[in-house]
Amino acid sequence: MQVSLKRAIYEENDRLAAAINAGLRRRGIYTVNILGSPGAGKTSLVSRLAERLSRPLSVIEGDVASDIDTRTLRALGVDAWQIETGGDCHLNAPMIEAMLGKMKVEDAAWLFIENIGNLICPAEFVIGEDLKIVVSSAAEGHDKPWKYPIIFARSAACILTKLDIAEAIGFDEAAFRKGLETVAPGLPVFPLNGKTGEGADHIASWLIAARKAAAGT
Amino acid sequence: MHEAGAAQAIVGMLVEEAGARGAGRVDAVHVVAGETGSYMEESLAFYLGFFAKGTRAEGVRLDLRVVKPKLTCSSCGLVFERRRFSFSCPECGGDAVITDLGDEFYIESIELSGSA
Repeated sequence: MQVSLKRAIYEENDRLAAAINAGLRRRGIYTVNILGSPGAGKTSLVSRLAERLSRPLSVIEGDVASDIDTRTLRALGVDAWQIETGGDCHLNAPMIEAMLGKMKVEDAAWLFIENIGNLICPAEFVIGEDLKIVVSSAAEGHDKPWKYPIIFARSAACILTKLDIAEAIGFDEAAFRKGLETVAPGLPVFPLNGKTGEGADHIASWLIAARKAAAGT
Repeated sequence: MHEAGAAQAIVGMLVEEAGARGAGRVDAVHVVAGETGSYMEESLAFYLGFFAKGTRAEGVRLDLRVVKPKLTCSSCGLVFERRRFSFSCPECGGDAVITDLGDEFYIESIELSGSA
Protein backbone atom coordinates (compact mmCIF):
# COMPACT_ATOMS: atom_id res chain seq x y z
CA MET A 1 0.00 0.00 0.00
CA GLN A 2 1.44 3.35 -1.08
CA VAL A 3 0.62 6.27 1.22
CA SER A 4 1.21 9.87 0.18
CA LEU A 5 2.61 11.89 3.09
CA LYS A 6 4.44 15.14 2.24
CA ARG A 7 5.91 15.41 5.75
CA ALA A 8 8.85 17.77 6.25
CA ILE A 9 11.68 15.77 7.79
CA TYR A 10 12.57 18.52 10.23
CA GLU A 11 8.94 19.37 11.09
CA GLU A 12 9.44 18.82 14.81
CA ASN A 13 12.47 21.13 14.89
CA ASP A 14 10.62 23.72 12.78
CA ARG A 15 7.58 23.69 15.09
CA LEU A 16 9.76 24.14 18.18
CA ALA A 17 11.79 26.91 16.49
CA ALA A 18 8.57 28.79 15.66
CA ALA A 19 7.42 28.47 19.28
CA ILE A 20 10.80 29.68 20.59
CA ASN A 21 10.73 32.66 18.22
CA ALA A 22 7.16 33.55 19.20
CA GLY A 23 8.10 33.42 22.90
CA LEU A 24 11.15 35.63 22.39
CA ARG A 25 9.21 38.11 20.26
CA ARG A 26 6.50 38.40 22.91
CA ARG A 27 9.24 39.59 25.26
CA GLY A 28 10.57 42.05 22.69
CA ILE A 29 13.77 40.07 22.17
CA TYR A 30 15.32 40.13 18.69
CA THR A 31 17.31 37.03 17.73
CA VAL A 32 20.11 36.75 15.19
CA ASN A 33 21.56 33.40 14.08
CA ILE A 34 25.20 33.96 13.05
CA LEU A 35 26.62 31.47 10.54
CA GLY A 36 30.02 31.01 8.93
CA SER A 37 33.15 28.87 8.67
CA PRO A 38 35.44 28.17 11.62
CA GLY A 39 37.67 31.22 11.91
CA ALA A 40 35.56 33.47 9.68
CA GLY A 41 35.30 36.07 12.46
CA LYS A 42 31.90 35.32 14.02
CA THR A 43 33.03 35.98 17.60
CA SER A 44 34.90 39.14 16.54
CA LEU A 45 31.68 40.36 14.91
CA VAL A 46 29.75 39.72 18.13
CA SER A 47 32.44 41.55 20.16
CA ARG A 48 32.33 44.56 17.85
CA LEU A 49 28.55 44.72 17.88
CA ALA A 50 28.50 44.39 21.68
CA GLU A 51 30.48 47.64 21.85
CA ARG A 52 27.93 49.42 19.67
CA LEU A 53 24.45 48.17 20.58
CA SER A 54 22.79 50.03 23.44
CA ARG A 55 20.17 47.43 24.45
CA PRO A 56 21.21 44.49 26.66
CA LEU A 57 22.84 41.64 24.74
CA SER A 58 22.95 37.92 25.46
CA VAL A 59 24.93 35.45 23.40
CA ILE A 60 24.66 31.70 22.93
CA GLU A 61 27.91 30.24 21.66
CA GLY A 62 27.78 26.96 19.79
CA ASP A 63 30.89 24.84 19.41
CA VAL A 64 31.68 21.18 18.89
CA ALA A 65 34.20 21.44 21.72
CA SER A 66 35.53 24.08 24.18
CA ASP A 67 34.20 27.31 25.67
CA ILE A 68 36.97 29.55 24.34
CA ASP A 69 34.59 31.99 22.62
CA THR A 70 32.32 32.22 25.65
CA ARG A 71 35.29 33.08 27.88
CA THR A 72 36.46 35.67 25.33
CA LEU A 73 33.06 37.37 25.32
CA ARG A 74 32.61 37.18 29.10
CA ALA A 75 35.98 38.87 29.51
CA LEU A 76 34.48 41.76 27.53
CA GLY A 77 31.50 41.85 29.88
CA VAL A 78 29.09 40.12 27.48
CA ASP A 79 26.43 37.77 28.90
CA ALA A 80 27.62 34.68 26.98
CA TRP A 81 26.58 31.03 27.38
CA GLN A 82 28.12 27.95 25.83
CA ILE A 83 26.49 25.01 24.06
CA GLU A 84 29.05 22.27 23.48
CA THR A 85 27.52 19.83 21.00
CA GLY A 86 30.15 17.14 21.45
CA GLY A 87 30.14 16.37 17.74
CA ASP A 88 26.91 17.67 16.24
CA CYS A 89 27.72 19.92 13.28
CA HIS A 90 24.89 22.44 13.84
CA LEU A 91 22.66 23.86 16.56
CA ASN A 92 19.00 22.83 16.56
CA ALA A 93 15.85 24.14 18.21
CA PRO A 94 15.85 21.67 21.18
CA MET A 95 19.40 22.80 22.10
CA ILE A 96 18.31 26.45 22.09
CA GLU A 97 15.19 25.70 24.13
CA ALA A 98 17.30 23.90 26.76
CA MET A 99 19.81 26.75 26.90
CA LEU A 100 17.12 29.42 27.21
CA GLY A 101 15.88 27.54 30.25
CA LYS A 102 19.28 28.00 31.92
CA MET A 103 20.16 31.58 31.02
CA LYS A 104 18.30 34.80 31.73
CA VAL A 105 17.79 36.95 28.66
CA GLU A 106 16.47 40.39 29.56
CA ASP A 107 13.23 41.59 27.98
CA ALA A 108 13.75 43.75 24.86
CA ALA A 109 17.35 42.51 24.55
CA TRP A 110 19.34 41.29 21.59
CA LEU A 111 20.00 37.56 21.46
CA PHE A 112 22.88 36.52 19.24
CA ILE A 113 23.37 32.82 18.56
CA GLU A 114 26.78 31.98 17.15
CA ASN A 115 26.30 28.70 15.31
CA ILE A 116 28.87 25.95 14.80
CA GLY A 117 31.57 26.92 12.28
CA ASN A 118 30.29 25.09 9.20
CA LEU A 119 28.90 26.23 5.83
CA ILE A 120 26.43 23.39 5.28
CA CYS A 121 24.30 22.03 8.10
CA PRO A 122 23.64 25.18 10.18
CA ALA A 123 22.00 26.78 7.13
CA GLU A 124 19.32 24.10 7.09
CA PHE A 125 17.96 24.54 10.58
CA VAL A 126 15.77 27.23 12.05
CA ILE A 127 16.45 27.59 15.76
CA GLY A 128 14.11 30.41 16.78
CA GLU A 129 15.88 33.30 15.08
CA ASP A 130 14.41 36.37 13.42
CA LEU A 131 17.14 36.30 10.81
CA LYS A 132 20.36 34.60 9.80
CA ILE A 133 23.54 36.41 8.83
CA VAL A 134 26.61 34.79 7.32
CA VAL A 135 30.20 35.80 8.05
CA SER A 136 32.62 35.01 5.22
CA SER A 137 36.32 35.87 5.29
CA ALA A 138 38.67 36.70 2.46
CA ALA A 139 40.88 33.90 3.80
CA GLU A 140 38.28 31.34 2.68
CA GLY A 141 38.56 32.41 -0.96
CA HIS A 142 36.20 34.17 -3.34
CA ASP A 143 34.55 30.97 -4.62
CA LYS A 144 32.49 30.30 -1.48
CA PRO A 145 29.08 31.53 -2.75
CA TRP A 146 29.26 29.11 -5.68
CA LYS A 147 30.41 26.22 -3.51
CA TYR A 148 27.95 26.70 -0.65
CA PRO A 149 24.88 28.42 -2.14
CA ILE A 150 22.40 27.53 0.60
CA ILE A 151 24.09 29.41 3.45
CA PHE A 152 24.18 32.65 1.45
CA ALA A 153 20.69 32.15 0.02
CA ARG A 154 19.18 31.73 3.49
CA SER A 155 20.99 34.68 5.06
CA ALA A 156 19.69 38.24 5.26
CA ALA A 157 23.18 39.80 5.09
CA CYS A 158 26.78 38.81 4.45
CA ILE A 159 29.61 40.17 6.61
CA LEU A 160 32.87 40.10 4.65
CA THR A 161 35.94 39.99 6.92
CA LYS A 162 39.74 39.97 6.68
CA LEU A 163 39.83 42.17 3.57
CA ASP A 164 43.09 43.65 4.92
CA ILE A 165 44.85 40.47 3.77
CA ALA A 166 42.94 40.15 0.47
CA GLU A 167 45.82 41.20 -1.73
CA ALA A 168 48.36 38.95 -0.04
CA ILE A 169 46.17 35.85 -0.54
CA GLY A 170 44.71 36.72 -3.94
CA PHE A 171 41.12 37.25 -2.80
CA ASP A 172 39.07 38.74 -5.65
CA GLU A 173 36.24 40.73 -4.07
CA ALA A 174 34.50 41.39 -7.41
CA ALA A 175 34.38 37.63 -8.09
CA PHE A 176 33.00 36.99 -4.59
CA ARG A 177 30.26 39.57 -5.13
CA LYS A 178 29.45 38.12 -8.54
CA GLY A 179 29.01 34.72 -6.89
CA LEU A 180 26.67 36.26 -4.34
CA GLU A 181 24.60 37.85 -7.11
CA THR A 182 24.21 34.38 -8.63
CA VAL A 183 23.14 32.49 -5.51
CA ALA A 184 21.61 35.25 -3.38
CA PRO A 185 20.65 38.23 -5.55
CA GLY A 186 20.44 41.51 -3.67
CA LEU A 187 22.06 40.20 -0.46
CA PRO A 188 23.60 43.18 1.37
CA VAL A 189 27.35 42.87 1.96
CA PHE A 190 29.09 44.61 4.87
CA PRO A 191 32.89 44.65 5.00
CA LEU A 192 34.20 44.36 8.57
CA ASN A 193 37.66 44.63 10.02
CA GLY A 194 37.34 42.50 13.13
CA LYS A 195 40.56 43.83 14.60
CA THR A 196 39.85 47.56 14.35
CA GLY A 197 36.05 47.41 14.27
CA GLU A 198 35.93 49.38 11.02
CA GLY A 199 32.61 48.66 9.32
CA ALA A 200 30.82 47.53 12.50
CA ASP A 201 28.82 50.79 12.74
CA HIS A 202 27.10 50.00 9.45
CA ILE A 203 26.26 46.48 10.56
CA ALA A 204 24.84 47.74 13.86
CA SER A 205 22.69 50.32 12.02
CA TRP A 206 21.46 47.69 9.59
CA LEU A 207 20.52 45.32 12.44
CA ILE A 208 18.68 48.09 14.29
CA ALA A 209 16.75 48.90 11.10
CA ALA A 210 15.94 45.20 10.55
CA ARG A 211 14.69 44.98 14.13
CA LYS A 212 12.49 48.06 13.73
CA ALA A 213 11.08 46.72 10.46
CA ALA A 214 10.24 43.38 12.15
CA ALA A 215 8.57 45.17 15.08
CA GLY A 216 6.34 46.99 12.60
CA THR A 217 5.07 43.79 11.02
CA MET B 1 27.57 14.80 7.14
CA HIS B 2 24.14 15.48 8.64
CA GLU B 3 22.41 12.34 7.43
CA ALA B 4 22.36 10.62 10.83
CA GLY B 5 19.98 13.14 12.40
CA ALA B 6 17.81 13.17 9.29
CA ALA B 7 17.62 9.36 9.21
CA GLN B 8 16.63 9.28 12.87
CA ALA B 9 13.80 11.74 12.19
CA ILE B 10 12.65 9.75 9.15
CA VAL B 11 12.56 6.45 11.08
CA GLY B 12 10.50 8.13 13.82
CA MET B 13 7.94 9.21 11.23
CA LEU B 14 7.90 5.81 9.51
CA VAL B 15 7.20 4.00 12.76
CA GLU B 16 4.50 6.51 13.67
CA GLU B 17 2.78 6.33 10.26
CA ALA B 18 2.91 2.52 10.14
CA GLY B 19 1.51 2.34 13.68
CA ALA B 20 -1.31 4.77 12.88
CA ARG B 21 -2.34 2.63 9.88
CA GLY B 22 -1.91 -0.74 11.54
CA ALA B 23 0.76 -1.82 9.06
CA GLY B 24 3.34 -4.42 10.01
CA ARG B 25 6.14 -3.22 7.79
CA VAL B 26 7.44 -0.15 6.01
CA ASP B 27 8.86 -1.47 2.72
CA ALA B 28 9.96 1.78 1.13
CA VAL B 29 10.26 5.49 1.79
CA HIS B 30 10.31 8.08 -0.99
CA VAL B 31 12.23 11.19 0.03
CA VAL B 32 12.60 14.46 -1.88
CA ALA B 33 15.70 16.53 -1.12
CA GLY B 34 17.04 19.75 -2.57
CA GLU B 35 20.51 19.38 -4.04
CA THR B 36 21.72 22.38 -2.02
CA GLY B 37 21.05 20.39 1.19
CA SER B 38 23.95 18.09 0.26
CA TYR B 39 22.30 14.84 1.36
CA MET B 40 24.25 11.77 0.21
CA GLU B 41 21.98 8.87 -0.74
CA GLU B 42 24.43 6.17 0.38
CA SER B 43 24.93 7.81 3.73
CA LEU B 44 21.21 8.40 4.31
CA ALA B 45 20.47 4.76 3.39
CA PHE B 46 23.17 3.54 5.76
CA TYR B 47 21.79 5.49 8.72
CA LEU B 48 18.20 4.52 7.88
CA GLY B 49 19.27 0.88 8.09
CA PHE B 50 20.98 1.56 11.40
CA PHE B 51 18.12 3.41 13.12
CA ALA B 52 15.38 1.20 11.66
CA LYS B 53 16.79 -2.02 13.18
CA GLY B 54 14.23 -3.69 15.42
CA THR B 55 11.38 -1.42 14.24
CA ARG B 56 8.61 -1.87 11.65
CA ALA B 57 10.86 0.02 9.25
CA GLU B 58 13.72 -2.49 9.45
CA GLY B 59 15.07 -3.14 5.95
CA VAL B 60 13.21 -0.13 4.49
CA ARG B 61 14.26 0.78 0.94
CA LEU B 62 15.18 4.41 0.32
CA ASP B 63 14.19 6.14 -2.88
CA LEU B 64 15.78 9.62 -2.93
CA ARG B 65 14.71 12.16 -5.54
CA VAL B 66 17.09 15.10 -5.72
CA VAL B 67 15.69 18.47 -6.79
CA LYS B 68 18.15 20.77 -8.50
CA PRO B 69 18.14 24.55 -8.10
CA LYS B 70 16.53 26.49 -10.95
CA LEU B 71 18.35 29.41 -12.47
CA THR B 72 17.23 32.25 -14.71
CA CYS B 73 19.60 33.61 -17.33
CA SER B 74 20.18 37.35 -16.91
CA SER B 75 20.78 37.74 -20.66
CA CYS B 76 18.12 35.67 -22.46
CA GLY B 77 15.72 34.91 -19.60
CA LEU B 78 15.87 31.11 -20.00
CA VAL B 79 14.89 29.18 -16.85
CA PHE B 80 16.96 26.04 -16.46
CA GLU B 81 18.04 23.41 -13.93
CA ARG B 82 21.54 23.72 -12.62
CA ARG B 83 23.96 21.36 -14.32
CA ARG B 84 27.00 19.96 -12.60
CA PHE B 85 29.85 22.42 -12.17
CA SER B 86 28.05 25.24 -13.94
CA PHE B 87 25.92 28.29 -13.21
CA SER B 88 25.86 29.70 -16.74
CA CYS B 89 23.07 29.55 -19.33
CA PRO B 90 23.15 26.41 -21.53
CA GLU B 91 21.67 28.38 -24.46
CA CYS B 92 23.56 31.67 -24.62
CA GLY B 93 26.32 31.15 -22.02
CA GLY B 94 25.17 34.23 -20.10
CA ASP B 95 25.35 34.68 -16.33
CA ALA B 96 22.39 33.32 -14.43
CA VAL B 97 20.81 33.87 -11.04
CA ILE B 98 19.29 31.21 -8.76
CA THR B 99 15.57 31.94 -8.74
CA ASP B 100 14.39 28.73 -7.07
CA LEU B 101 16.83 27.29 -4.55
CA GLY B 102 15.12 23.88 -4.37
CA ASP B 103 15.87 23.40 -0.70
CA GLU B 104 12.98 21.13 0.24
CA PHE B 105 13.50 18.02 2.33
CA TYR B 106 10.44 15.88 2.94
CA ILE B 107 8.94 12.37 2.83
CA GLU B 108 6.77 12.25 -0.27
CA SER B 109 5.26 8.82 0.30
CA ILE B 110 5.77 5.46 1.98
CA GLU B 111 4.97 1.88 1.05
CA LEU B 112 3.40 -0.26 3.77
CA SER B 113 2.53 -3.95 3.99
CA GLY B 114 1.32 -6.55 6.47
CA SER B 115 -0.62 -5.91 9.63
CA ALA B 116 0.66 -5.20 13.11
